[in-house]
Amino acid sequence: MQNTSLISWMAWTWPTAVFFIAIFLSIAAMGFWEYKVPGGGPRHGVFGLDTTRGDRLFISILGGCFIMLGWLGLASDSIWGGLLVGIVWMFFVFRWV
Amino acid sequence: MSNKIVNQKAWFLVAPVFLVVAFNALIPLMTVVNFSVQETFGDNVFTWAGVQWFQDVLHSERFHNALLKQLLFSAIVLAIEIPLGLAIALTMPRKGIWVSFCLILMALPLLIPWNVVGSMWNIMALPDIGLLAKMINGLGIDYNYTRQPVAAWFTIVLMDVWHWTSLVVLLCYAGLVSIPDAYYQAAKVDGAKPWAVFRYIQLPKLKHVLTIAVLLRFMDSFMIYTEVSVLTGGGPGNATTFLSIDLVKIALGQFDLGPAAAMSLIYFMIILAMSWLFYTLMMKNEES
Repeated sequence: MQNTSLISWMAWTWPTAVFFIAIFLSIAAMGFWEYKVPGGGPRHGVFGLDTTRGDRLFISILGGCFIMLGWLGLASDSIWGGLLVGIVWMFFVFRWV
Repeated sequence: MSNKIVNQKAWFLVAPVFLVVAFNALIPLMTVVNFSVQETFGDNVFTWAGVQWFQDVLHSERFHNALLKQLLFSAIVLAIEIPLGLAIALTMPRKGIWVSFCLILMALPLLIPWNVVGSMWNIMALPDIGLLAKMINGLGIDYNYTRQPVAAWFTIVLMDVWHWTSLVVLLCYAGLVSIPDAYYQAAKVDGAKPWAVFRYIQLPKLKHVLTIAVLLRFMDSFMIYTEVSVLTGGGPGNATTFLSIDLVKIALGQFDLGPAAAMSLIYFMIILAMSWLFYTLMMKNEES
């Protein structure tokens, strides 16, 4: 019999579930960070932009997606190199942007 | 020191909106992400494909061409509609009986369903019976949008300008009406010329609405599907096959749901990044 529950219809896989859980956890962690250590107001960074902590999370995730696409399109079949560059990018954004 | 009362419970008021967004945006988006890493032939049977679809799309010449055409189309319509909309808004009356007439006239194209707009321009531009085609051919120019790529582009750009410039006009008009008279009176006292009034009063005051107009028009034009699908169907050949049209062909025509999902995500990320970039640059200019 055909399985038509929401879970099967959404075609969940472990890697994609982990991906979304990581996104939601990072947003929750940002909220917790701001609650514990307030100070996420705009900061002037190296790109000349005034960014809050939330902005920096957005820039790092979106930039990470493009890094991964660029890696897959230009560099290699393996995602691990792209992931490493993405983590470096995230650190750079949170530290200096 | 701020005397504002902080009541975080007010956040619960946005819970219904959050739920609506979750069901109409987040769940479909999650599903697309799930589809983009799997292969399916229907019946909810999926096999893991990893990043293969992303690599296929990124290396596909068809995708590159569709993306370039989509970017070119957005650039052309933005370059025409924003200055034209602003110019029309500046010439519209601010007081008197003609205000309502002009506003209704401007709102009319926005009220017409998108597929009807495509059909209207299809009839207008058909070489045998169309008024537009007869007029252009009457000028001695060989025009047939069903077989000439340049003519097809000309027609869809003209259609988009006709359909959407009104939105820019209405936004700019609302911005212009909200400028207090005191600014104009001060300019009059200083003996400012019309250009100076525009450059130093109207344009700075319109920055917010122009930002919104550019964002809305970019996102809409970058996602255009219905009008072009009805008018040219992506032709002649692939001359007007934009990303949106190509995506539907892959997803519904070929039923390649995995590659279509990967393409959708890349498409979505481009729109998200471009919108963020536009917004950030414009806000930065405003602050400086």
